[in-house]
Amino acid sequence: MSIDTERTQSLPITAPPVPPLVRAELPAWAPWGVLIAAFVLVGGLLAATGGFSVAMLVVASAVVYAVATYLLSRVVEGRRKATDRLVTIVVTLAFLIALTPLVSVVITVVGNGLARFDVEFFTSSMRGVIGEGGGGYHAIVGTLTITALAAVMSIPVGLLTAVYLVEYGKGRLARAITFFVDVMTGIPSIVAGLFAFALFALFFGPGVRLGFAGSVALSVLMIPVVVRATEEMLKIVPNELREAAYALGTPKWRTITKVVIPTSIAGIASGITLAIARVIGETAPLLIVAGLTTGLNFNPFEGRMATLPVFAYTSYAAPGVPREPYLDRAWTAALVLIIIVLVLNLVARLIARLFAPKTR
Amino acid sequence: MTTTTEKVTTQALPKPVQQLGDRIFAGTAKAAGVLILVVLAGVAAFLIVQAMPALLASPADLPGGRSLTAYIGPLVFGTVLAAVIALVLATPLAVAVALFVTHYAPRRLAQGLGYLIDLLAAVPSIVYGLWGVAVLAPATLGVSTWLNTYLGWLPFFAGPVSVTGRTMLVVGVTLAVMILPIITAVAREVFFQTPKLHEEAALALGATRWEMIRMAVLPFGRSGIISGAMLGLGRALGETMAVAIILSASGAVTFNLISSDNPSTIAGNIALQFPDSTGLAVNTLIASGLVLFVITLLVNAVARFIINRRREFSGAN
Repeated sequence: MSIDTERTQSLPITAPPVPPLVRAELPAWAPWGVLIAAFVLVGGLLAATGGFSVAMLVVASAVVYAVATYLLSRVVEGRRKATDRLVTIVVTLAFLIALTPLVSVVITVVGNGLARFDVEFFTSSMRGVIGEGGGGYHAIVGTLTITALAAVMSIPVGLLTAVYLVEYGKGRLARAITFFVDVMTGIPSIVAGLFAFALFALFFGPGVRLGFAGSVALSVLMIPVVVRATEEMLKIVPNELREAAYALGTPKWRTITKVVIPTSIAGIASGITLAIARVIGETAPLLIVAGLTTGLNFNPFEGRMATLPVFAYTSYAAPGVPREPYLDRAWTAALVLIIIVLVLNLVARLIARLFAPKTR
Repeated sequence: MTTTTEKVTTQALPKPVQQLGDRIFAGTAKAAGVLILVVLAGVAAFLIVQAMPALLASPADLPGGRSLTAYIGPLVFGTVLAAVIALVLATPLAVAVALFVTHYAPRRLAQGLGYLIDLLAAVPSIVYGLWGVAVLAPATLGVSTWLNTYLGWLPFFAGPVSVTGRTMLVVGVTLAVMILPIITAVAREVFFQTPKLHEEAALALGATRWEMIRMAVLPFGRSGIISGAMLGLGRALGETMAVAIILSASGAVTFNLISSDNPSTIAGNIALQFPDSTGLAVNTLIASGLVLFVITLLVNAVARFIINRRREFSGAN
């Protein structure tokens, strides 16, 4: 202020006062400065009062930072800019809050699961094991078998349905299928399990437990996901490609199998991989229809079959004595499951990126 | 131009030439679509058939020894309560996260950050259950005590505070984490579709970024937020394992969120009881599953209805 008045006084002619076109702005480093100041202030206060904890520090300094930035901006920049800055902080904080569980889950599962992440876990079943030792080999075999069977059933049905909806479907049937596929996406997994149980109980009597029944339950959950993903991918195949094929005299079904599907195969494959990743971690339906055993069972059409999620659940919920080895195995099973799911997700992204058609 | 005239002529012709392969392929595709309808009808039919004995049985034979509604009623209450807590917590957060990914994050990072949120959806529910009971439940003990001390006059926080932390509140938070990526995904989609011209017009008139979002993005995305929340609600209603592992259920009908006396949920109850049940108990559980099926079906149908209506009126493409 004082500099301004000095300058006007030093000038020979006094200019008429012009209202400022641009309001004052905080310098670019101001938010960072406030953030560091908030951290130091809160840290100092907490240390002084003796109630220091990392969680407290982060939460309290975030609040102080938001309030301080708002007040500072309000004084310098005015109400509208201040609100804008406050919302930016709140939205960014919301994102960080949303990431906290992900980080926490990964740290917890890796931290607890590494204890039994050894060769024995991958090579031995739980047959005759009480207490230490044993592993999840039988559960891994079960999970892979049941999921593979579910995929074998779901992929053709899902793919063909998507082809029907995009290439052939018009009218009420197509609209009904679209609507019910959407509705099917929302079927609770436990209901799918009950359905498979009710179906197989008709043929095999009450108390039926089959690996294959688990696959049926999983494919009820998987089909709509495959349909949705494939449909999206088929829709973005440009119509020019189809018309070019028709112009050459290619029949429709050859156009679909030779032009449309190859063009979108990367997206379809990635969608299917994500669908597999989604069902491989399902617990509830398998708990109901596939049951749990301690031994290896390679035959999904006979007898109970252990799976990783159910193995983890029962080991944790109903541990034997002593508890520790059971809990350790539960965490390792969860770790293996997370690794499988993350790898599948990564593979899906890679497929989508590497094999995407060169459009331009 | 040529394509349109071509279409008109083919339509005018009596019948297009169809190869045998064409007919087989089209037939198979159609059959697959019909199969899906059959499966869905089958789900409903088989559940009804297996639930029948419980519907017809005399009340004294049912588990609990009272009527079917007395058995399922508290479960429905618990299911809705847990899902509503999750929804109340997750929806604002999901909208903020979607805004962050679409409008605040640096362009270069936005897609990667979106993947990160999608990974939240990829974590199996059993893992969330284990995490909830091992990490979240002990971590919220302090919060629950604080809530009880200062907000104890509200029925939700009346206490006494559970010492294990296996409460409705923790279940609600865990479910919120699980449905957050679903709501975020739908909201993100509609926020991306906001007409660029609307946004630029708002900015050109001197709006700040938040004012632009409030005037252009949020009104456009409102139905997307609503339907995303409904989809999340459907997922939260049917979530099983997190509830089965975390909740210490006693079957009490209470709004008290932090005590050790909690209503169970339909899905959680089935998962806990089914493996050891026989006879009529199984039929009763299936009947409760049927109720859950109907509830989620309604919620999802409403959500899809809102989404589809939006799509027809949407100017963006």
